Amino acid sequence: MTVESRVVSPYPWAPGFYPGDRPEIVTSRFQYEDGHTLDRYLATGGYEGLRAALAESPSDVHEVVKNSTLLGRGGAGFPAGVKWGFTPQGVWPRYLVVNGDESEPGTYKDRLLMECDPHQLIEGSLIASYAAGLSQGFLYIRGEMALAHERVAQALNDAYAAGYIGKNILGTDFSIDIVLHWGAGAYVVGEETALIESLEGERGMPRLKPPFFPAAVGLYGMPTIVNNVETLSNLPFIAREGSEAYTAIGTPTSPGTRMIAVSGHVKRPGVYEIVNGSTTFRDLIFGDDFAQGIRDGNELKAFVPGGGSAPWFLPDQLDIPFEGPAAGAAGSMLGSGAVMVMDSTTDIPAAALTLVQFYAHESCGKCVPCREGGTWLYRIVERIVAGHGTDADLETIFEVGQTICPGEMPHASSERLGLDAVPFPYKMTTICFVGPSAYAPIHSALTLFPEEFEALVTKRADRRPIPVTAEVPA
Amino acid sequence: MSRLSDHNVILAKEIIARYPKQKSALIPLVHLSQEQNGYVTEDAMRHIADMIDVTPAEVYGTASFYEMFRFEPTGKYLINVCGTLSCSLMGADSLMHHAEQTLGIKAGATTDDGLITLQHAECQAACTEAPTLQVNYRHRYRVTHESFDQLVDDLRSGALDTEIPPHGTLGRNRQQIPADRAVAVQAPEDVTTGPAWIQVSPA
Ligand SMILES: Cc1cc2nc3c(=O)[nH]c(=O)nc-3n(C[C@H](O)[C@H](O)[C@H](O)COP(=O)(O)O)c2cc1C
Ligand code: SF4
Ligand code: FES
Repeated sequence: MTVESRVVSPYPWAPGFYPGDRPEIVTSRFQYEDGHTLDRYLATGGYEGLRAALAESPSDVHEVVKNSTLLGRGGAGFPAGVKWGFTPQGVWPRYLVVNGDESEPGTYKDRLLMECDPHQLIEGSLIASYAAGLSQGFLYIRGEMALAHERVAQALNDAYAAGYIGKNILGTDFSIDIVLHWGAGAYVVGEETALIESLEGERGMPRLKPPFFPAAVGLYGMPTIVNNVETLSNLPFIAREGSEAYTAIGTPTSPGTRMIAVSGHVKRPGVYEIVNGSTTFRDLIFGDDFAQGIRDGNELKAFVPGGGSAPWFLPDQLDIPFEGPAAGAAGSMLGSGAVMVMDSTTDIPAAALTLVQFYAHESCGKCVPCREGGTWLYRIVERIVAGHGTDADLETIFEVGQTICPGEMPHASSERLGLDAVPFPYKMTTICFVGPSAYAPIHSALTLFPEEFEALVTKRADRRPIPVTAEVPA
Repeated sequence: MSRLSDHNVILAKEIIARYPKQKSALIPLVHLSQEQNGYVTEDAMRHIADMIDVTPAEVYGTASFYEMFRFEPTGKYLINVCGTLSCSLMGADSLMHHAEQTLGIKAGATTDDGLITLQHAECQAACTEAPTLQVNYRHRYRVTHESFDQLVDDLRSGALDTEIPPHGTLGRNRQQIPADRAVAVQAPEDVTTGPAWIQVSPA
């Protein structure tokens, strides 16, 4: 199948997004070309959640969000309402930082939310700030998203002018400034403490833990709530319709919907808002409502279930439900909601190399196992793919991996190789997940497809000493 | 001569005033200077250091961490070809090879006329539309060899001038906080009580 002949989204302004016969909580305005404008937003229930929230006390709004069990969509899946409760009593000011740094390989959703419905994100940010007593907000957008910047800047300007942001919002004593902040290109800045460092004007390196939560010690050392774009985009619905309407969708432990991207060798790669707990990986990759199967009549070879950091699954894992605990038990995670699909034509070592290269490149350099280990993994896998590797390199990959992730590394079961699944998560020697993420893809690739690597490397028995010649060099 | 212009100094002051601590304006100001000069110059970094009361080394120290900041003259158009997994599966290597051939430069270099800089890039949050590239951080989706050639023609002819501003310009608009709506920004150490709407609530 050629690139041109692929299906295209019915909404050209939301490239890759496909609606379905499913509840839409965060993508309801993607159908409108002008969904990003204040006019369209107001005509479709916009800022009604904020009005509803302002009619109640902040603690009641916080309670509603707690009861909704809204889980963070940035990767860790922590309940938002619980996190807001971690702010220490009586310590002021408290800040909001919106994490719009989306850059995990395979992940494509926050950018669409910012481009197609920026007011929804702003309204969600306002509701969170009202409930948790946050007096200034920073919307940190990944620098490489020019259109998202333009859309969010325009939306902020319009919302200020209309009285939804700033002093005495809608005539109440709720007042907040929301500042659009430009990132400048660094994946690790998506990690919340690195995001805060970056916002303070520093190199974006993650902070040592503890303290574990910026909610206790964050921006300028003050209590700071960091939430993902998609997480906050759910709040207008929750504030408007109530927590019961929200928990009526999805499962009790993971209510609501979630945006996921399915990319790679499928017929209809796309971004879908799915109901939590309603699908398996098979539905997502093969379902008519989703990616519609493997391209060109090929077979599925392997898939990455949750962003570039996630250990890989094989076709016999297709019936695992798309739910965190199930994916964890099978040796991986849902992460940032990104499924990447590889068909039978895929060169596995080369595919793994792109991910190892990514994480090695993005290491901030603060921890030795990540800075050195990631770089060495990259160099080794690169020379294997180029045909210059030896079988000793394959052992070295596991040795380097042990310095980053000591002990057993999670992986999928493989009937073919007689392997049992090792459940997620792993142990790690580094401050953040970038180090382990450089190892996870190459560990999966090498464990599940050892024959492809062995075919590329020179074996010890074939290696010959360099002969000594009698001639004296000229 | 690459200090911030008078016009940009006014903008810079507005930006600095939005943050409780002025060093937070560092990255936005480096962006502003890159928008003015096309890349980040030493003079600009000295000027920014003065404005936010840090040393020039601190400005460079932070700026050099981030990929978007370039410290040498760069093409008017920066083409970033994504090479991460989803794009790689859909032909990113072949696209990059074609781009190098068409432009007659290796990735990392700039064409002789100074128009185009070509770079390898990482995931651009557009993985379903692979293979992708960005021109000055504006996406192009499902890029074929033909559409790449068309893009280069359009960049050369100026057909995309309104859609794609020169390298360094992040957005064609800016956030503006109207003075009559803004809440006074305070340094965190000057804030001792909770916000008004929290104090009146029973919590
Ligand atoms: C290396 C790394 C990169 C991350 N990148 C992002 C990101 O791009 N966007 C995001 O929202 N969260 C990212 N996270 C997760 C954040 O640290 C944080 O958990 C999240 O923003 C919290 O928001 P949530 O509770 O609403 O999910 C990343 C974490 C790590 C360790
Ligand atoms: S694991 Fe890597 S990216 Fe994360 S803090 Fe350590 S060195 Fe930096
Ligand atoms: S892998 Fe190319 S955009 Fe994500």
